[in-house]
Amino acid sequence: MARRRLLANPGARISLGIILALVALAVIGPWLNPNRVETLDWSFIAADPGIAHAHWFGTDRLGRDLYVRTLAGARVSMIVGLVASAVSLSLGLMYGAIAGYVGGRTDDVMMRLVEILGGLPLIFFVIFLTVVFGRNEYLLFVSIGAVGWLTLARIVRGQALSIRRQEYIEAAIASGAGTARIICRHVLPNVIGPVIVYATLTIPQIILLESFLSFLGLGIQEPRASLGTLIAEGAGEMEAAPWILLGPGVFLTLLLVCLNVFGDRLRDAFDAGTRR
Amino acid sequence: MTEDREPLATLSTRALRVDYPIFGGTAAAVRGVSLSVGAHECLGVVGESGSGKTQLFMAVMGLLPSGAQVSGSALFQDGEILGLPPDQLNRIRGSKLAMVFQDPMTSLTPHLKIGMQLAEILVHHRGLSWRDAERAALSALDRVHIPDPRRRLKQYPHELSGGMRQRVMIGMSLLCEPALVIADEPTSALDVTVQARILELLRELRTQTGISIVLISHDLAVVASLADRIAVMYAGRVVESAPAAELLRGARHPYSALLMQCVPDFHRARTERMPFLAGQAPGAAEPERGCAFAPRCPRSTERCTHERPALVAVHSGAEVACHHPLT
Amino acid sequence: MLRYFLKRLGGAIPTLFIIVTLSFLLVRIAPGGPFDQEKSLPPEILANLQSAYGLDQPLWVQYTRYLGSLLHGDFGPSFRYKDFTVTELIGQGLPVTAEIGSAALILALSLGMLVGILAALRHDRPADYTVMTLAVVGIAVPSFVVLPLLGLLFGIYVRWLPVAGWEPGSIRHLILPIVALTLPPLAYVARMTRASLLDVLQRPFIRTAFSMGLPLHTVILRHALRPALIPVAGYLAPAVASIMTGSLVVESIAGLPGVGRYLVQGALNRDYTLVLGMVILYSVVLIGMGLVVDLLYAWLDPRVRFER
Repeated sequence: MARRRLLANPGARISLGIILALVALAVIGPWLNPNRVETLDWSFIAADPGIAHAHWFGTDRLGRDLYVRTLAGARVSMIVGLVASAVSLSLGLMYGAIAGYVGGRTDDVMMRLVEILGGLPLIFFVIFLTVVFGRNEYLLFVSIGAVGWLTLARIVRGQALSIRRQEYIEAAIASGAGTARIICRHVLPNVIGPVIVYATLTIPQIILLESFLSFLGLGIQEPRASLGTLIAEGAGEMEAAPWILLGPGVFLTLLLVCLNVFGDRLRDAFDAGTRR
Repeated sequence: MTEDREPLATLSTRALRVDYPIFGGTAAAVRGVSLSVGAHECLGVVGESGSGKTQLFMAVMGLLPSGAQVSGSALFQDGEILGLPPDQLNRIRGSKLAMVFQDPMTSLTPHLKIGMQLAEILVHHRGLSWRDAERAALSALDRVHIPDPRRRLKQYPHELSGGMRQRVMIGMSLLCEPALVIADEPTSALDVTVQARILELLRELRTQTGISIVLISHDLAVVASLADRIAVMYAGRVVESAPAAELLRGARHPYSALLMQCVPDFHRARTERMPFLAGQAPGAAEPERGCAFAPRCPRSTERCTHERPALVAVHSGAEVACHHPLT
Repeated sequence: MLRYFLKRLGGAIPTLFIIVTLSFLLVRIAPGGPFDQEKSLPPEILANLQSAYGLDQPLWVQYTRYLGSLLHGDFGPSFRYKDFTVTELIGQGLPVTAEIGSAALILALSLGMLVGILAALRHDRPADYTVMTLAVVGIAVPSFVVLPLLGLLFGIYVRWLPVAGWEPGSIRHLILPIVALTLPPLAYVARMTRASLLDVLQRPFIRTAFSMGLPLHTVILRHALRPALIPVAGYLAPAVASIMTGSLVVESIAGLPGVGRYLVQGALNRDYTLVLGMVILYSVVLIGMGLVVDLLYAWLDPRVRFER
């Protein structure tokens, strides 16, 4: 199946491997190090990374161990990425399925809305929402997720439109099944393919968006860390203590690059499959 | 100045092979073809799709993709044309040797005006100024009987019909007065009535200019109306070649004979069954074992399955590759 | 052609209208007001401020007032920077942002197309693979990681370029920010151009051009390039959006007094009019880009012009 073709590709294997390694590191990593996230080690303020004093990535201005903080930030970023993606994808899925299946005027209106909203970059909307509703962290999840559903809605709608013409749908309608039931039972399972592909490409986008907002100070707030806030901190300390930037910077870069590469290969594998 | 006599043959290929590397080895699209086109002659090349007739001449023109392996020789006006470096090849292509392709709908550049596409050839090959080139383009369109040519020059390809586009392509190929034009299925994409007119045009141009033509087609009827000599190809090889009149009177190779019978003929009784050729021609990837046509041939024998028949001259001007030819 | 353009323009205006209206409503409906951040003010002063800014009027009055002033190019006063109107703030910051933004756009397009064309011509060879791998990295790595890293490399270790700060008329300060802004769209354009060119080169009319003895550079420049650029034209508006987004970060990190920084500040300070003004500004730019792209399509593919 497509899975085999995907796993055969070296790029896909390597990137998947790195992603899993990073996730494992984020989860298990902190246990390998005696420091805690909140601990302020005043004997080692802004210290260079080293093995001797157990501060593997060094410490920041407040004496907090960066290794543990980076991994904590990584966890936050990943969780936000997953949760917000889930919100975004569900929203896009439902919206697209309804628009595509019901069709007609409803579809026109729904898609026009998507078009208009799609005209602006996500960031501005999220910033706007942040201005309006304040810097609420739970709001962050929802607002990021609520903004990223557009493309998926379009894709799902396209699929739903073509599925609707299939005969088994007519059979279902004839046997008296309600619209909601048909959508859940028949339409959704058949659009899973593109959804999976799109999910793998959405997750890095959302992690990027969250990091971006946190970087600007509009997302995750102190003292909790996300990779974005850590990088912001690091950027400020660049001249004096460059390692503060490097840990989270490299982690985020690797994570995003590998997610993107994997998503690309996944899409290629699926494309090749559907073309056959 | 000693070289005043015309070359003996405008184009002649010798053992030309085209191979493509594939998983298990190679696929041979053309398995060694030697034929020639003389000056002022029209050679018809007939064969089903997959017979290699297009690949053969694409190789001559140097238009095959980079993965193709071409071997053998092709002499154009006494000069080897295979493997020429690009700048030398480009001096020949489009000026002395031209090709007209099968699909007029997609063979012209959609975003350039007709006039531009014609003129650029003259500017490139003849060094004309753009204005002079456009004027020459105008007379080229006249030549192929396109009405209101001045207006057409300023139009884009999608504004012309298929038949007109094909005329433009033919006009394009004649711009630099080539010695040889290769027409690959020039009428296959067109309506029957338009087909007839295009063939009529080709006939007229030939009488006027005396250029050599290679007319490739899967349709024997198309070829029969124009060709002086006909070569029949099957599975990458020439199986028979003869002067047109001779071939049409009585084909020697069983495959050619069957092709002849497939040409619809109004004079035949409606109730007579069209001959039906069972099976398929072997693909390029299949290795040759004996005569490629043997599995489908009504005259095949044991010998045909082991021993590949060589192309043998029956008399000067006709050859056949068959152990049991019809005459 | 004119008809086509007017039709497109007609479609753009309602979109802009809806955006303005939605934004306005959202801001007014939101909980809390612009003065919440300040220390609690005595109610009379609050009431005075509210009426001074027109916030005590019914919603639709405020709305029509706002639309009216918009048409005059007046975005209203900034709630935060009390001495300035939003229009003035934008006027100050726009030149800087426009400068780095357009530099980045031009670089991304020209270099991206060049790289993409070269990669397509060296298809399946080492140069092709390297370029494409670099492109993925360029797309994935966020600008707020790239700029500090670049700053680290060039500003601290090698000491060639300033890391941050700005002087009027200085170009050296703009180099790193422009590079950081250029990389993602450049990578995208390169990938897209390469894929598109490879596809176009398979088409029959390219074969015709070669068969007529035209040299490679003519075939590519005159015959293959325009159709190959159609998808790239489609990317133009997202490219501008990407650069606008990037400018938020880049200006903040590098301390450039551009308009992106205002949006961020405005968001942090809950300065409604400023944020609203910025959103409208960005929308206008994007919609304008959309129109430009439509015109571009008509030039690249003449068949589009004849669409009814």
